[in-house]
Amino acid sequence: MISPEAIHLKNVVFGYEPRTPVLEVGELVVETGKRVFLYGPSGSGKTTLLGLITGVLTPQQGSCAVLGKDMTKMSAPARDRHRGAEMGYIFQSFNLIPYLTVRQNVALPCHVHKRRRQNIVAQTVSKEVERLVARLGLDTHLDRNVKKLSTGQQQRVAIARAVIGKPRLVIADEPTSSLDANRRADFLELLFEVCDEAQATLVFVSHDRSLMERFEERIALSEISRGCA
Amino acid sequence: MTVLRLAYESLRSRMFTTGLTIFSIALSVLLLVGVDRIRQGTQVGFEGTLSQTDLVVGARGGSLPLLLYAVFHIGTANNDISYASYQYFAHHPAVLWTIPLSMGDSHRGFRVVATDDNFYEHYRYRGDHSLQFAQGSRAEGIFDAVLGSAVADQLHYHLGQQIVLSHGLQASFLKHTADPYTVVGILAHTATPVDRGIYITLWGDEAMHLGWENGAPPLTAIPESQIHKSDLQIKTISAFLLRTKSRMSTLFLQREINTYKPEPLTAIIPAFTLEDLWSVLSAADVALSLVSGAVLVVGLLVMLTALYTSLNERRREIAVLRTLGLHARQIFALFILESSLISAAGAALGLAAAYLVLFAIRIPVENRYGIPLAMVGFSARVAYYMAAVVVAGALLGFIPAIRAYRNALVDGLSAG
Repeated sequence: MISPEAIHLKNVVFGYEPRTPVLEVGELVVETGKRVFLYGPSGSGKTTLLGLITGVLTPQQGSCAVLGKDMTKMSAPARDRHRGAEMGYIFQSFNLIPYLTVRQNVALPCHVHKRRRQNIVAQTVSKEVERLVARLGLDTHLDRNVKKLSTGQQQRVAIARAVIGKPRLVIADEPTSSLDANRRADFLELLFEVCDEAQATLVFVSHDRSLMERFEERIALSEISRGCA
Repeated sequence: MTVLRLAYESLRSRMFTTGLTIFSIALSVLLLVGVDRIRQGTQVGFEGTLSQTDLVVGARGGSLPLLLYAVFHIGTANNDISYASYQYFAHHPAVLWTIPLSMGDSHRGFRVVATDDNFYEHYRYRGDHSLQFAQGSRAEGIFDAVLGSAVADQLHYHLGQQIVLSHGLQASFLKHTADPYTVVGILAHTATPVDRGIYITLWGDEAMHLGWENGAPPLTAIPESQIHKSDLQIKTISAFLLRTKSRMSTLFLQREINTYKPEPLTAIIPAFTLEDLWSVLSAADVALSLVSGAVLVVGLLVMLTALYTSLNERRREIAVLRTLGLHARQIFALFILESSLISAAGAALGLAAAYLVLFAIRIPVENRYGIPLAMVGFSARVAYYMAAVVVAGALLGFIPAIRAYRNALVDGLSAG
């Protein structure tokens, strides 16, 4: 049974050092299947919040339920497993492992997690990688070194890796900041399409409000956070 | 599995620095293993040169020089021993056999050893190997010569060849030109100093020096055809090898020889004297091993530097791997694996190179320096070196790995 809430953070307090909290979140709810735009100025703790949602960071206080599991009650390896099996993540830039090819980069989540491997549409991981990469218009670059790709191409490879094996949650941290304006719309379109295909909830973080109207739900970090950063 | 693959690809992408690091570790392993293998190779080689001989007897003097010149053709005899003393011990009731050796002449850098049939009959090396003839037969006549296999190979001599021997061991002006010797036999390869000798009869040795009593050639050389065994009297030899009928009597016989009244003699037990040699050389061995060890430390530090300096540019990579669900522990493992793979590759490469070098230099060293160098297999010490290199590499990997682990936990997703 699918929990109606993909993310539910409550009374979360986090600081990199225990006595100096940098982020306090009263409540953050993201419903399953929604596309959510989370915005806030640079340095407002967006990436820290994503660290909490993905379980890379653990709050000093509060609860942090993601995809039906309370991250604060899980061991570090369990959180890592949960993240890798159920979430796709796209950074602003440098998403890719520089020493792997496009094909190897995209296939990585399937090699690390059985769940991702089981969820593929094609018959083999390799075919699924080819299908996704073709879907994103990069089929001629499959076996290239990722360092030889343009930034836009790299970001699209990052999408492919984030959605392979149908993770339930896709998180994008300023993924369009390194792209020029006319590419942003295309990128966003593509991201929406593949997230829909994967039936994933999308959390899109940006300081750029020009993209905001494309999303069905918008959350300002300043509203949910009693932020101290 | 994924982590191993990542470590491999990561190293491969930094082919140049990885290669250099592997090379420097391989070089130090080559030195470490090479020194050890050469040490053991020479020991096995020396010990294999002479077997079944209980005592080596020469004029009164140091035991090591005696062993070296009598058996390994290294150095020279200070004094001769009288043939009468030799005869006395050759017919001693406790003695099974003796091999007389008379040295002092050479031919184009190879030693001439005057001996008798006992040499071909009784000489044993590497356990129970006896001397075999590749061609021809024993030297019987006064001017017959038998060549060791290396002599025949290097000088391209064949049966029937006439050779002229020089007086003394260096290529000398004083040549016994009046008395050329004829090659009547060539010994099969033994991989011992025997290969580097030219063997003539004791009569031949006396004949060569007939009229040389003043240390210089006679004014009028005596033609070869006029020299007969009956005219010659063997007066001295340089040393002799001896086997007792019962090993039990070796020590008694040794004491009897050492206290032999008519002439001051020295009898040594070859294995004991070789032990002395190794203990002398072990200091050099230790010194070389220490130097090699220092080179190894440098090689490992090169690796540490390479891995550590790459850490900063790899923070982003670590963050990406974390989002993919790799535990911080797996990040740790990635770095440990990288250092282990480098040191294991370096160790394997160095080991292979050491054996290759040993194989390549074995024959030249034997031919040029007369040092028998046996091809020796793996030893506990080599296995220990290998394990030490890989373990040290893995342990050094902890330093960047701990940093990477901390980065993975502290940076979260914000690195870069």
